Amino acid sequence: MTTFAQQSSQPTAGGQTGSSTRPLGPGHGAGQSEPRPISRLLPPPGKPALDLGAHLRRHGQVPYRGRPGQLIEDVRVAGLTGKGGAAFPVHRKLSAVLAAQGRPVVVANGAEGEPASAKDKALLLLNPHLVLDGIQLAAEATGASDAVLYVTLDAEKAHWLNALIAQRRSANLDRLEVRLVAAPHKFLAGQESALANRISGGPALPSFAPPRVFERGVDGRPTFVSNVETLAHLSLIARYGPSWFARAGTPDEPGTMICTLHHADGRVDLTEAALGTPLSDLLDLGPAVLANGDDPLSTPASAVLIGGYHGAWLPTATAARITLANAALRRHGATVGAGVLAALPAGRCGLAETARVARYLALESAGQCGPCRNGLPRIAGALADLADVTGGRRPDPALLHDLDRWSGLVYRRGACAHPDGTVRFVTSALRTFDAEITAHRHGRCTGTSNRAFLPVGNGE
Amino acid sequence: MSGRQEAKLAVNPIACSGHGVCAELLPELITLDEWGYPLLADIPVPAHLARQARRTVTDCPALALLLTKPT
Repeated sequence: MTTFAQQSSQPTAGGQTGSSTRPLGPGHGAGQSEPRPISRLLPPPGKPALDLGAHLRRHGQVPYRGRPGQLIEDVRVAGLTGKGGAAFPVHRKLSAVLAAQGRPVVVANGAEGEPASAKDKALLLLNPHLVLDGIQLAAEATGASDAVLYVTLDAEKAHWLNALIAQRRSANLDRLEVRLVAAPHKFLAGQESALANRISGGPALPSFAPPRVFERGVDGRPTFVSNVETLAHLSLIARYGPSWFARAGTPDEPGTMICTLHHADGRVDLTEAALGTPLSDLLDLGPAVLANGDDPLSTPASAVLIGGYHGAWLPTATAARITLANAALRRHGATVGAGVLAALPAGRCGLAETARVARYLALESAGQCGPCRNGLPRIAGALADLADVTGGRRPDPALLHDLDRWSGLVYRRGACAHPDGTVRFVTSALRTFDAEITAHRHGRCTGTSNRAFLPVGNGE
Repeated sequence: MSGRQEAKLAVNPIACSGHGVCAELLPELITLDEWGYPLLADIPVPAHLARQARRTVTDCPALALLLTKPT
């Protein structure tokens, strides 16, 4: 595994040369599951970022298919789903854009507005050409005439990415010039309609659908929006085929995904994991046979957040029994989302953590829809009230009824899914931290440290 | 538009300003939440209310109320 700090460091312009990365392409592990750590997307631990030379040695040229639509069947058979959080089947999006009226636009979405997620930024820094290949292939598959890379940018990163794009152009790899568009540092920057509005020259705010962006998105044109990691997978499927793709993962959820892991000891790192990997292989959750009802303080983690800030808290004992797969997680009200997994350290109050993140989510509401604008701050306020037992103060039990009512009033009443995701997160906390709520109602908190664990950006 | 009796009410939550006139004109299908925003009955508009529903849609001062056919 590579540390967050290493992943976040900016490579020098033009990338590094003399990469000793071994070719791990199609012949790798033929007929068997791949050894861990898997490195389809990220270079193996300790190996440098892949520059264009290393990328071409490992994967060769962009495997264009010759005409629009050709790649879509392979993507369908591969079972590739979006890695930005929604896990939507990619072939359906490709087909919808291909079938829509007008010249499509392809957008690689690397906005990654969630402060707890680092995988898209890391992938772009460590293996940018896989993403850039994916943009070209998605453009060919949909018949797109414009391509955009939408990422948070500073001057140095923009310079570096533009140099990569120019290098590919002079090497005759790219058929479409990729335009960089800066994503704002906002939680909702990557929401599809917000992205389309921003790239069209407006503010990064969600729109009411329909029309959906695949019908009318950037400049009113059919728009294929795909997470950068998804595009990297797509470029590998185009090269090595669906059966290679399915060598990792489960029959229902093939392939791998990059996870941002927040360990209970404070480390944050990234790993590429096959779908179906036990969560206890990714995070230290204590003894594997921990049963429900065991003292949570005997484990390193008091609870596990799965799928990020629109995801769900699960008790450690539950998380330790299940795998990184939507089939398993959905039974517990969670999804893999964009692969953010966080083990809340024992001794931290889950209510305090949830209240802090809920406040962040309320502040990140676009503020366009009445229920979200009114409900999220009230939900966050009630959670903060519930979390506060300073001096043995006993929060009003009616807060729980308020939370329940407000959750119902915001759920599915926004133009985007922000209120829904926030409610999922908050509701899962009220379920998972049930014992903590009881303690708080008696003026006690089991937390022994009030140090913030989950990042909420803006130095908070 | 054909199949009008199949239509359902929907609101564009960005356009909606919480004026509340919809709940006055069509109380059978629309109530207001504690902040003044409409809560819509999640059922197809019954035939006997179809005309009243269309009138409510056109009278929304924010043009935020819609009649949609189920997809």
